[in-house]
This record gives sequence, C-alpha cells and structure tokens, in this order.
Amino acid sequence: MAEALLRAERVSLSFGGLKAVSDFDLALQQGALDGLIGPNGAGKTTIFNLLTGVYKPDQGTIHLGDARIDGLAPHVIARTGLARTFQNIRLFGDLSVLDNVRIACHARTRSSTLSALLRTRAQQAEERAVEEQSHQLLEILGLDGRSTETARNLPYGAQRRLEIARALALAPQVLLLDEPAAGMNPAEKDELRGLIRQVRDRFDLTILLIEHDMGLVMGLCEQITVLDHGEVIARGTAAQVQDDPKVIEAYLGSQDEEER
Amino acid sequence: MQTSFLQDRARALAPSPALAARRSLLPVVVMAALVLLLQFAIGPRIGPYYAKMLMDIGINIMLAVSLNIVNGYTGQFSIGHAGFMAVGGYTAGFITYYGSLLIWGSTQPHGGFLGAGELLFAVSCLVGGLTAAGFGYIVGLPSLRLRGDYLALVTLGFGEIVRVFIQQTDDVLFTAEDVRATAPLALLTKVGGALGFTGLPFYTNLFWVWTFVAITILVAYRLKFSSHGRAFLSVREDEIAAEAMGIPTTAVKVRAFMIAAAFAGIAGALFAHEVGTTLNPKELGFQKSFEVVIMVVLGGMGSISGVVLAAVLITVLPELLRSVAEYRMVVYALALIVMMLARPQGLLGLHEAWELPWVRRLLRSLVRQEPKDG
Repeated sequence: MAEALLRAERVSLSFGGLKAVSDFDLALQQGALDGLIGPNGAGKTTIFNLLTGVYKPDQGTIHLGDARIDGLAPHVIARTGLARTFQNIRLFGDLSVLDNVRIACHARTRSSTLSALLRTRAQQAEERAVEEQSHQLLEILGLDGRSTETARNLPYGAQRRLEIARALALAPQVLLLDEPAAGMNPAEKDELRGLIRQVRDRFDLTILLIEHDMGLVMGLCEQITVLDHGEVIARGTAAQVQDDPKVIEAYLGSQDEEER
Repeated sequence: MQTSFLQDRARALAPSPALAARRSLLPVVVMAALVLLLQFAIGPRIGPYYAKMLMDIGINIMLAVSLNIVNGYTGQFSIGHAGFMAVGGYTAGFITYYGSLLIWGSTQPHGGFLGAGELLFAVSCLVGGLTAAGFGYIVGLPSLRLRGDYLALVTLGFGEIVRVFIQQTDDVLFTAEDVRATAPLALLTKVGGALGFTGLPFYTNLFWVWTFVAITILVAYRLKFSSHGRAFLSVREDEIAAEAMGIPTTAVKVRAFMIAAAFAGIAGALFAHEVGTTLNPKELGFQKSFEVVIMVVLGGMGSISGVVLAAVLITVLPELLRSVAEYRMVVYALALIVMMLARPQGLLGLHEAWELPWVRRLLRSLVRQEPKDG
C-alpha cells in the first residue's frame, strides 16, 4: 500500500489538566472516504482543529503528502490542500452566496493588491476565472440559482451545501467534513450521500467525515475510526466497528457505569 | 481542479486589451475631468465660503472612506484615525514650511497651478501619507493579538500619544538663517507645540482635495470589488472561517490599517494647508477621531456610498444649523440618536446605494434593461 496522503502520528493535546486527544494516529489513503465517529465530547472536532491548525498539538506530527503541517498557521495549511467545513456552520453570513465561494478562490489567485487597484488585464481575467469556477461549484452543489442571495438567508440544508462548495473552491487534496448532515431531514441526507460520493470522484478528493448519523456513516465510509475520551478505541470497516464491544460500550455505556 | 486550472481559465477568459484598458482607465479619465471642472468651472463661481465647504467635505470623505476600510471592511474597531491625520499633516507641513523657507526664503505659496510650490506640496502629501502608513503598520501589529474593545483602546491610545507628543514640541522658526543654524534632528521638534503649526502656505485647493478624494474612492471601490477586498470582508464576517479558507487574516488586517492610515495622512496634509484651519494638536484629538467613526457607523459599515453620504451630511449639518448656533450640538446629537434608533445598521447598511432594491428598480425602469455589471 502506498504511503497515506494525510498522516497523523501520536498526536496529543491537553487543555490544562484535561487530555482532549491522546496518541491519535490516522492514515488517510489517497482517494479514501473515511469516517470519524464517537460519542459527544469524544474529541472529534478537536482532531479536525488539530489537523487544520486551529490548535497546535502538544506532541506528535501531522503530514499532508510530503509536507509536515503541524504547527503551521491555518491559512497556510488550507493553501497546502486541506479544506474543511464547520459543525456549527461558519459562512460569511452577510455576504452573497457567490462571494462566499469567491473568497475561498482567493488563495489560488496571483494578482497583487496593486494590480487590483489598477485593474490590470491579468487581474480582470483572473476575476472572470474566479467567477466562472465559483458558479460551476455552486451548480454542482445545486445552489447556482441562489448565487445573489445573502448566505445567512439560505435554508439550513443549503447552508451546509454552501460550506462544501466553499471548501471545494480551495481546490483541496483532502476535504474534512464536520457533521455535514446535522439538522438535515432524511431526504436531504440521502441526497447528501450521493453528493459526497460524486464530489469525491469528480474532484479526485480524499474525504474524512465526522458524523453522528450512523446510517450515513455506515453506508458511505470505507474505513471508520471510533474515538472515545480522546482515544482511538476501534478502527475498521462499518461491519467490524459495529460489532466491536468497546464501541458498543462507548455509545451505550457498560452495565456498571452510570452515564451523566 | 488545480491552481494551474484557474490560471489556465484566466488566460482563456482574458478580456481584449481594448476592453481591459477601458475598464482600467475610464473611471480615472472621468474623475480627472470632474476634478478639473470643479477647480476651474465651479470653484470660481461659488465663492470662497462654498469652496471651503467643498474642501472640508472632501477631506472628511477621505477620512471616512479610508477608516471604512478598517472598520467596515475588516470589522476591526479603530478610533484613532485623527492620529494618522496628525502624523500626515505635521509631516507634510514640516516639508512645505521648512522646504519653502530654505528654497524660496519665504513660506508664501510659490508658483501657480501645478507650479513648483504645488509640486512640493503634492510630494509632501505623499510623504505624509507614507509616514502615516508606517505608523499604521506599527498600530496594526497589535491587532494580531487584540480584538474588539482592546484594539479600540490601543488605537485611541495611539491618537492620544501622537497628540501629547506634538504638544511637547517647540515654537516654529521664522527665518531661513535660523533653520540653517539648527541641527536637522532638532528641527524636527520645531513644529509649534500646543499653539499649533502656524504659517503654513495655503496650497490646498479644490483640485488637490478632490484629486485625492477621487483616488481614495477609486481605491476603496476597486479594493472592495476584487478578490483582495473580499478577503478583507471575510475577516469581518468570520475570522476562523477566513483562516480555514486560506486568508492570512493577520496580514489582511495590517494591510487594511496601512491603507487607511495612508489616506488619513494625506487628508491630514490637505487639512494642514487649507485656508481657515489651524494645524494644532487639539484640533486632531479624539473628538476628530470620533467624528470619523460616526460617519462610518452612520453611513453603514462597509458601504462606500453610504459613508460618503454620511461624511457630506456631518460636514454640512453643523453649517446648516448655524442659525440656531447655541442649540447646534444638541440638535446634532439628537439627530444622531434618532438615526441610530431608527437605522442601527447605518443609512445604507452593508450595501452600496446602487444595490438597494428601490434604486435597482429605478435604474431598471430608466434603462429598460438589466444594468450591465463591470
């Protein structure tokens, strides 16, 4: 097997005395569509924040391809090819749908601020290319008809899709989806499942997703990592993970333990 | 979809050179024409009182539109704009005053329209702007760590530090001999102290004010409606999301500070050389800073046209209320309070005038077709 595209090795992070993540390992193969699950507070989003540079790990290393990315600023990591969506939607709410996507295209533009002020021909051309690609992405995500609407006014499901469109505008190698189906109804979830597969194939992406909806994770993800109290407790295919007694214990609690 | 792909598409989509040149230069030509019209056709007809008011309006537009780049575009809260204005004003005043004294032996305006004196003045404006931009960099740096109220305090403190520093300076020198006898470094302290920097040549006229106003508005507009400007706006909307989308938020904030400070510095230079104003530290204290903040908030954070409108209103309103002089400030304050209660998002909110629904409808009915963008 070739070396994994996104690798985390023995990554740990503490907040004061609390170990949020300990000795986390991850190997995401090129083209994979893997899942990260675990009960509330298991540290899933913390791991996304570690991978994308929002938090710096206390220990351990993270590599994207040949580049070591732990310790880099989030915007540098994003430009290296790691894009994400947010669990609690973080769109640029007062801006238009189109602008949300265009902003993410900025990382791939080359025009300087000065050429923007002079409106050089190259800069005008780049603006056109950015607009064209943004519209293409919105079309793929079924949002092109709403490109002039204010992002905040979109219905919930559309906001989630806009987050994905925006992340794709970075032209990433790896896409991290943080609970993309949260708050969606069953029909929207079905649609989302198809959409995620389509997006991976079309953009030749590698995807890691956090999800609480087990139906979605089990039906979509190839490899699943289960997290509890900041530690990996199981890893494998959907079937393997489902029958793991540790996983069942993490979700349902053991007989002699009172949850909360 | 790779980076190269965007660049490939850009090459394929490049506008024809003629169209590109038109888009780039047409606004410049139009603005130049308007400025010349103002200087030579309108200026002489309206008399000195209204000409001065037009200059005051222009300077306030520059201040408001530039502060809007920090407060409106990137959502940082700066309340020290008058500090940058003072830096620019004193730098430019120093250059024209002592420059004139050394070159021509007198501080009277030298040469006519675009003559040697005016060129010295134009250079001094640019140097004033650049110096202010340097200070903008220094003040912008703490914004790496500070947010909201804390940043506001730093900028307020900066303005006060500048003011207090200027108050401590010595009297202005009056003759070229005195200037030559003084060490260059010591000369820097001869800018008038609390009494103000008096005797500056009155170079500021409609042409120079509105040339710089035009440049300010053009820069603000082209910034806002470009990829770089959208990066500025993303910082205002959500810093964490902006970082995650590859926007270097720290660099963006510092850049915003520098651009805003540069134009405030030029506005200060124009103010320093205007008839009927005195360049003194009291004039450029935090009250002036607050006045500019009010213009931005009143106009609508981020809206260029809104902020221009507010700058005009706030300059003209006190003049209109001159007949009820003793109640002027009361009426002024009441008007602001009512405004903030009725439209807390400012006159135009986040939008430009031409983006408002009723204006769009009006334009459409006038043109009878979709307004072309570009």
